[in-house]
Amino acid sequence: MREIAYWQAINEALSEEMTKDPGVFIMGEDVAIYGGAYAVTRGLHAKFGDERVRDTAISEAAIVGAGLGAAITGMRPVVEIMYVDFMGIAMDQLNNQIAKIRYMFGGKTKVPLVIRTEGGAGRTLGAHHSQSLEAWFTHIPGIKVVMPSTPYDAKGLLKAAIREDNPVVYIEHKMLYNTKGQVPEEEYLLPIGKADVKKQGKDVTLLSWSLTLLHCLKAAEELEKEGVSVEVIDLRTLAPLDIDTIVNSVKKTHRLVIAHEAWKTGGFAGEIAAQVMEKAFDYLDAPVCRVCGADVPMPKAPNLEKLAIPNKDTIKKAVKELLV
Amino acid sequence: MSPLKDKGTAIFYLQKMMEIRQFEDKIMDLLAQNIAEGGSHLYAGEEAVAVGAMAALRPDDFITSTHRGHGHAIAKGGKLNELMAEILGKATGCCKGKGGSLHLADVSTGNLGANGIVGGGLAMAAGAGLSIKLRKTDQVTLCFIGDGATNQGVFHESLNMVGTWRLPVIYIVENNLYGMSVSVKRASAVTDLAKKAVPYNMPAVTVFGQDVLAVKDAVEAYVKSARAGNGPAMVVCDTYRYYGHSRSDPRVYRTKEEEKYWAEQDPIKLFSVKCVKEGLLSQKDVEELDKFVENEIEEATKFAIDSPLPNDAELFTDLFA
Repeated sequence: MREIAYWQAINEALSEEMTKDPGVFIMGEDVAIYGGAYAVTRGLHAKFGDERVRDTAISEAAIVGAGLGAAITGMRPVVEIMYVDFMGIAMDQLNNQIAKIRYMFGGKTKVPLVIRTEGGAGRTLGAHHSQSLEAWFTHIPGIKVVMPSTPYDAKGLLKAAIREDNPVVYIEHKMLYNTKGQVPEEEYLLPIGKADVKKQGKDVTLLSWSLTLLHCLKAAEELEKEGVSVEVIDLRTLAPLDIDTIVNSVKKTHRLVIAHEAWKTGGFAGEIAAQVMEKAFDYLDAPVCRVCGADVPMPKAPNLEKLAIPNKDTIKKAVKELLV
Repeated sequence: MSPLKDKGTAIFYLQKMMEIRQFEDKIMDLLAQNIAEGGSHLYAGEEAVAVGAMAALRPDDFITSTHRGHGHAIAKGGKLNELMAEILGKATGCCKGKGGSLHLADVSTGNLGANGIVGGGLAMAAGAGLSIKLRKTDQVTLCFIGDGATNQGVFHESLNMVGTWRLPVIYIVENNLYGMSVSVKRASAVTDLAKKAVPYNMPAVTVFGQDVLAVKDAVEAYVKSARAGNGPAMVVCDTYRYYGHSRSDPRVYRTKEEEKYWAEQDPIKLFSVKCVKEGLLSQKDVEELDKFVENEIEEATKFAIDSPLPNDAELFTDLFA
C-alpha cells in the first residue's frame, strides 16, 4: 500500500469530500492562497476556487459562528482555526451556540459543521501556540471530538466528520503533519466514536491519542523486549467516548496507564479514570495512572518544553512503576 | 413614505403589533402569578420594529433574534400557541419545551432563534448570509440586535466579514436606549449607532422605530438592494421597551418623564390613529381587531397552560442528529 503524510491524508479527505458534495466548503485564516499555516489545504484553492476555499480575516468568533450559520441553512462547512490556542476567542460560539442549538430547538435543526484545528507542543512556540485543550471541548455535551494519530485515521475520520450531521471538533497535532503511514487509494470511512486497539497485550493497558500515542507504541515495543506485555489503545475519538473498548481491555490486563500531552489537572485522563472506576473497579489491580502535561503554561526553552510533556521514557517509567 | 396599499395590509400590521403587545402583557401577568417561571425579556413598546422589518421579508428569508425575541418570533410567523407553550416549557412548544423564552426558535419560519447571549446571533447571521451567497439564492438574512450588542467583539468581527464579502445581511439595531441599565451614552463611544456600520462599508439609516411604515420602508429598500446582490446594510430603529429589562428590574436608571414621553409614542396607537384618520380603518375595526387578538391570546394561554410538560425521557433526546 502507498504511504502518505498525515497532512496529505487530511488534504485528500477535504478534496474528496468537496468533489463529492457541493455543500462542503472551507474557510479560515490563510487557508486559500497560502494553503494553511501548516499547508494542509495546499492546492485546494486552485482546485475549487475563491467561493469554496475562503480566506477570512483574523476573526475566530466570526469564522466559527459563521460556520454554524451556514451549517443550519443548508451548507456543510469545514472551518479551520489555525491553532487550538485561538479557540478561546471562539468559545462562546462553540459552547453557547454550536453545541446547544439542536437541543435548545427541540431537535428541529442539525449542525453539519467541522471545526478543524491543530494543537500540541514540540516546536518551542511557547505558551500561545503549543496547547492541548481537548478537555475544554469534551466537557461540553453536543459536540464530537476527534484526535487522530495516523494518516489512515486522519483521512477516514475527517471524511466521516464532514458527512456527520453534528458538530465535530477535529484536532490535528503539529508534530504529526510530516509523519507517514499507509493509506489506501480507494475510498474508505472510519466510524467516529470507535477506539483502535493498536497492539494486543496482557500485563497493562496503555491508552492515548494524537502524538502521544506514537510515544506509547515505542514505549510498548521496548517494554515488550523487557518482558512486559503492553496493550496499546488509540482512543481516536474522545467524544463520544468508546468506554467499552477501554473497559474490556482493563478486564484483561487489570492495569491502566493513560498518557496525554494536555495538563493533568482537569485533563481528559481524569474523566476516563473515573469511568473505569465506575465500570471496572473490581478488575483493577492498581490505581489508574496518568502521564500528562505539566500544569504550567508551555515554556519556550526547548529543554523545559520537553520536560513539560510525556515522552517514551516517562511513559515507560510509569508503566514499570505500576507493575511493581 | 409608501402609502398603505389596502385595508388588509393595515389590519395585518396592526394585528401583528397587537398580538405582540397582548402576548407580552399576558406573560407579565403569568409571571406575576408564578404560572410562568424564569426570566422573560418583554418586547412591549418595540412592536413596530419587528412587524415593520418582517413586512419586508419573504417566508424563506432568515432572521436571527435576540434575548428580547418574542416579538420577532410572532412577526416572522410563529404560531402563538406554540410560542406561549414554549415560554412555559411545555412539550407542545415550538422547541418541545427545551428552549424557553431565551431560545424561542421556529426554523420552519426561518427564525434561527432568540439567544441568551447578547450578540449571539451575529456570527450565525453572517454564516446564513454566506450560505445564501454560496447557494446562489436571492434570500436575505435580517440580524436583529440591540444597542448593547454593538459593543461586543463579535459585532465587529461579523460586520467585517459581511462587509468584506458583501453578504445579504441587514442589521436591525433596536436602540431602546439601555443595555439592561446602562444607557447608550454611558456605554458606547458613539451614540449615533448608524456610524458603526461605516467602517464595514455598509450603508445605514436611522428611523423612528415606533412608526411601522417607516421601519418597513427602510428595511424594504435595503432588502431589495441585498437581493440584487448589493450587499449588507444597517437600519437603526429608535425605540423603547415599556417594561424593564426583565421582571426583576425596578427601572431606577430612567425617569418617569422619559417613560411618559415614549408612552405617547406608542407604535400601536400611532398606527391605528393614522389608519383611522386616513379612512383605511374605522375606530370600530380597530376595536374589533383588539378584541379578536385578545381571544387569540386567551386561546394560546389556555393551550399553553393545559399542555403537558415534556416526558422525563426527553432529557437525553435531541442532543445529536
